[in-house]
Amino acid sequence: MLLSPMSGNEVRATGHVRQSGNGMCFTRREAMALGFCLCCLPDRGQAARPSGIKDVGNGIFIREAPHEEATRRNRGGIANIGFIIGRDGVLVTDPGGSLADGRWLRSEIKIRTTKRVRYVVMSHVHPDHCLGAAAFGDEVPVFLGHHRLKNALHARGDFYRERLAEVLERDDVGEIIYPNQEVEHAAEVDLGDRIIRMMAHGRAHTDCDLTMLDVTTGTLFPSDLLFVDRVPSLDGSLLGWLAEVERLRQIRPARAVPGHGPAIVAFEPAMAKQVEYLTALADQTRQAIARGLTLNDALPAVTAGKGGGWALYEAYHERNVIQAYKELEWE
Amino acid sequence: MMRISRRTFALGIIGTCCLSFTPTIAIAQADREREERWQQLVSYLFDDREVVPTETLIKIEAPARAQDAALVPITLTMPEKDKIKSVYLVIDDNPVPLAAHVTFGPAADAGSLQMRVRIDTYTNVHAVAETKEGRLFSAVAFVKASGGCSAPSGPSDLEAMKGMGEMRLRLSEPSQKGKSTAATLMIRHPNFTGMQMNQLTRLYTPPRYIEKMTVTYGDQTVLDVAGDISLSTNPAIGFNFVSDGRQSMKVVASDNKGGRWESAFDVSANN
Repeated sequence: MLLSPMSGNEVRATGHVRQSGNGMCFTRREAMALGFCLCCLPDRGQAARPSGIKDVGNGIFIREAPHEEATRRNRGGIANIGFIIGRDGVLVTDPGGSLADGRWLRSEIKIRTTKRVRYVVMSHVHPDHCLGAAAFGDEVPVFLGHHRLKNALHARGDFYRERLAEVLERDDVGEIIYPNQEVEHAAEVDLGDRIIRMMAHGRAHTDCDLTMLDVTTGTLFPSDLLFVDRVPSLDGSLLGWLAEVERLRQIRPARAVPGHGPAIVAFEPAMAKQVEYLTALADQTRQAIARGLTLNDALPAVTAGKGGGWALYEAYHERNVIQAYKELEWE
Repeated sequence: MMRISRRTFALGIIGTCCLSFTPTIAIAQADREREERWQQLVSYLFDDREVVPTETLIKIEAPARAQDAALVPITLTMPEKDKIKSVYLVIDDNPVPLAAHVTFGPAADAGSLQMRVRIDTYTNVHAVAETKEGRLFSAVAFVKASGGCSAPSGPSDLEAMKGMGEMRLRLSEPSQKGKSTAATLMIRHPNFTGMQMNQLTRLYTPPRYIEKMTVTYGDQTVLDVAGDISLSTNPAIGFNFVSDGRQSMKVVASDNKGGRWESAFDVSANN
């Protein structure tokens, strides 16, 4: 772990949480275009009107995002982002989907507290979660991320920015901010009256997922390791994701702030529904491969989650099958 | 999966063009530009040989909108397979339009072919069949995709190159002597396009792609594949061969940087 002497903020690396113990190693990480579909045309509608912040109690504030693609109207604000106010400062739980989205979040923080933003957590590489980081640069916070986040941003950052610039004004997109403290396995942040525990995961939703637990309230911040209502999108490893879910379950959190969905949910029922989809996706894709179906023929044959009421199912499911197929065909 | 006719494509354009154009002008213009592009490609790739649109000799299936622009599955079918010598797959508006040229050998069943490609933008994709008489026939599909060629091959270049050259051959069902069997050949290879930038160094990863794959069955050729940067990372190609009960299928693959790999697979009928 790197410590930034400039920040005056302290992040402790902790050794007691083992790194991904799923014993699997997927050497093949392929081109993933995007966490969201940018083929869609920009919405040239009215000015931005982001959803409001929800006070979910105990100093935790979450913007419950709509289940949409990034558009000019939502300014890329399509992921649940928010902040935790502690005695000694504020921790941002994902800075947002664009510079504009991050600036908006920062203004919402300033309405509620005069405390400094000390930590900005970037839960993974996807643009809807981390492109807002640049909005917080002049507060000189610690930017926290998974130890593989920097590499992922190197590989994809420009690509994401270019695609988002097709939708938003270029000035609203946001520069790529790299984490200045990386979490190898686990780490803790002390906000004075509360400890936030970080966990770096093995390949799951992406290859750089970082989750957090607000220890005092038992609130888990799984980010995109948990999708609620919106169909999960796979950009890492399907089998890895299922394995990392088991690690989260061992924490037995009472409630969770999913990366997409309601601002706060009861953890286990929400996770169970997601696991049902991911497991069916794995089972059906394996069956399709075993039956000798080509990728083309597997697409209509794998119907996991169909009719399950998932938002954006049509936009993402087939893509998930492609990801699952190219992972599982090498089993 | 659907086959996009020119008319469907034109309707799509009506939906997407801004309103200052009248639909008819927009259709006409986009259509004309795409046709001009194709004619340029015909003269460049086929040395001005005539390429005749066909409804029967070759068909192309591609998604109307790519779910993953870096991995777009394409299926080509050649109903009159005995007439076919080779097929070309051309992605008109990709930086390197020719994605692959596949020549069928005597052990092949040229009835169908599957490939996975990167598609960079909204483009026509042409499949061209070359008959044994040396004539060229084309079919076209329009695909909406964005950024397929600059999408990275993996979390890092090093990661993407792990296991390079490892191959698998999967049969859709056990082969039967004298019958056509569907097979998928997979090879681990990053197939770097040359358009993937590392943000830290501001350098593009140099192109490194599978240039040639030869599949032989016994002493007969099944396929010769000439590839380029438009083939997806970890190229996979689906083809058919006619089993004669012999044991071994051999694959030799090489890339543009001198990499060369060989694998042999037991595809015997009683396997």
